Amino acid sequence: MTWGVHSLVPLPVLLPLFAAGLTLALHRYTRVQRVVSTTALAATTVASALLLVAADQGPVVVDVGGWAAPVGIPLVADRLSALMLTVSGAIMLCVLLYSMGQGVAGESDVEGRAVEVVPVAIYHPTYLVLAAGVSNAFLSGDLFNLYVGFEILLAASFVLLTLGGTGERIRAGSVYVVVSLVSSLLFLSAVALVYAATGTVNIAQVAQRLPDVDPTVSLGLQLLLLLAFGIKAAIFPLSAWLPDSYPTAPAPVTAVFAGLLTKVGVYSVIRTQTVLFGDQPLVDRVLLVLALATMLVGILGAVAQDDVKRLLSFTLVSHIGFMIFGIAMASEAGTAAAIFYVVHHITVQTTLFLVVGLVERRGGSTSLERLGGLARVAPGLAILFFVPAMSLVGIPPLSGFLGKVGLLTEGARLGTPLTWALVVGSVLTSLLTLYAVVKAWNKAFWQTPPEEVVQRPDDAARLPRGMVGPTAALVAAGVALTVVAGPLYAYAERAAATSMDGTTYVDAVFPGGAERGTGHSDEVTEGGDDS
Amino acid sequence: MVVLENTPSAVLVVAVGVLVSVGVYLLLERSLTRVLLGFVLVGNGVNLTLLLAGGRAGSAPIIGTAPDGEPMSDPLAQAMILTSIVIALALSAFVLAMAYRSFQLGGHDEVADDVEDRRIARLAAANAPAYTDLDAEGSDQTLDEEAAEVHDDVEAGGQPDGSGEGGAR
Repeated sequence: MTWGVHSLVPLPVLLPLFAAGLTLALHRYTRVQRVVSTTALAATTVASALLLVAADQGPVVVDVGGWAAPVGIPLVADRLSALMLTVSGAIMLCVLLYSMGQGVAGESDVEGRAVEVVPVAIYHPTYLVLAAGVSNAFLSGDLFNLYVGFEILLAASFVLLTLGGTGERIRAGSVYVVVSLVSSLLFLSAVALVYAATGTVNIAQVAQRLPDVDPTVSLGLQLLLLLAFGIKAAIFPLSAWLPDSYPTAPAPVTAVFAGLLTKVGVYSVIRTQTVLFGDQPLVDRVLLVLALATMLVGILGAVAQDDVKRLLSFTLVSHIGFMIFGIAMASEAGTAAAIFYVVHHITVQTTLFLVVGLVERRGGSTSLERLGGLARVAPGLAILFFVPAMSLVGIPPLSGFLGKVGLLTEGARLGTPLTWALVVGSVLTSLLTLYAVVKAWNKAFWQTPPEEVVQRPDDAARLPRGMVGPTAALVAAGVALTVVAGPLYAYAERAAATSMDGTTYVDAVFPGGAERGTGHSDEVTEGGDDS
Repeated sequence: MVVLENTPSAVLVVAVGVLVSVGVYLLLERSLTRVLLGFVLVGNGVNLTLLLAGGRAGSAPIIGTAPDGEPMSDPLAQAMILTSIVIALALSAFVLAMAYRSFQLGGHDEVADDVEDRRIARLAAANAPAYTDLDAEGSDQTLDEEAAEVHDDVEAGGQPDGSGEGGAR
């Protein structure tokens, strides 16, 4: 095998996994652990960024173990995968830094109860395993390997969600674990049925063979896969678990879950809808209706909440609807807008949850009843909240606005009654999002500060620099998304084009035609030009 | 080349049906232990589906060992089953640990309701302010009256989704 840019492809999976083992072995040495996990995630991010550049020339494929594609398991980094990898790597790094900042001061307690005493010994290995699982899901060119990636990240997320094993977390964790197990079973049975129908689980080969399968069977497979991914992505009738289980976890854990885990589901939906099954008007219409329902039900739930974490969890569900809207339009521009929206939403939603962690630290609570006047006592914190909140709503010129403009333009261009309904629904959802975050803003940041907020002891009220730094960096990154929106949006458009044309992905995996599979590859393949 | 017959065997199909239906019944229970049993049963049903997807059994899938003219089993299906068994083992261990922790904390292993969600639903039914209004601190009388009314609503209506007076006002 030769070295080259394709050698980078396995790194986002291998580095975190290796570092996870190392940090577990070094669990007595907290400082070494921190260095190892930070280095691993930083290296992952760099490798992903290099892949992002390389994938723009065509998908980068690596045959794991030197076994050629139909026999071996390929890892495929096309534009979409590389973009998701880069964003997720950067986000996971920032959240890791934040959680380390929190860990130092987390031993002090507020109102007599210990807040967020993260058991560092298992936190780092688990977090790194989560990173590896997310990367594996994004890179996998094989349905069963995608399932394994999901299981890796789910197992890690179970541990992170129930950290400390308090009653409330166990309760929330039970719901999450049971729902996740069910979705895994659905996914696994979908894999089994795909294998029965096509005789392969390699995504590219399945895509080649599906046109020969009976359309009814193919539709059944598509719906089963969408059902499994829909649970993970929290699309409306399957979304009730999310606001129930996320808010109780420690702030950094909620942040990374909210930012990334649902997006892994969205990514899989994009793959299913573009590379695997292509244009299916019936399924697209169903998805459009579900997208509308997700937006409206989610945001109406958010309006009713009076706890910031729950409120944000509901907006998370609601805004998944925007991405599904983009995907369901089944056009290049729609998918491109969805991809851009995913990038925007990962950044902004993670930032907001991190800020809420800071609010909880400063105000001693996340309940809107008990917070107040934070803009006066902590003006910096107010700015950190305000900017991503406005971006979430879609106030120009922030990135949320750009994503929404893309979606709405495409919806209006298609001009069917259903897409117009979605356009109206999107605007309504944005307005209600504005209402929800302004409500949070009014109650938490304005009003007369309650005495408990003003009279907090200095050491409890002081926000550790380790927590503020990464949050501020993410807020800045969110603003920077606007600055680089031109190139980024163009990249998303090219990524959508690669996904939609249905041949680039397959050709990259099978450069010598589909019947390459002798089980032996002399050389690792690298995709050609896809223009 | 000898091709394996891939008509599924009826016994296995029935077994999948039984395992999955019993498993789904258990998954719908509230107790985590039963949910776990349900997960294991459905998981085994799905594993059998994978086995079915690989076609009928043949001789051992090692090149050179199969007698001429006899088809080999599909090894990929078995490899996938093995992987999924290992994953199910890890997840079962986690669910067991969680059920035990739940038992330690509450004396049972049932999945509890989301209290916060119930509270919000009741608030919505009563249409009451969800916070102490600092600006209106002087006008105790109206707040009291409202609170009393709300109380009556909750007592009388009882239903979290009952619209009744709350919605009408």
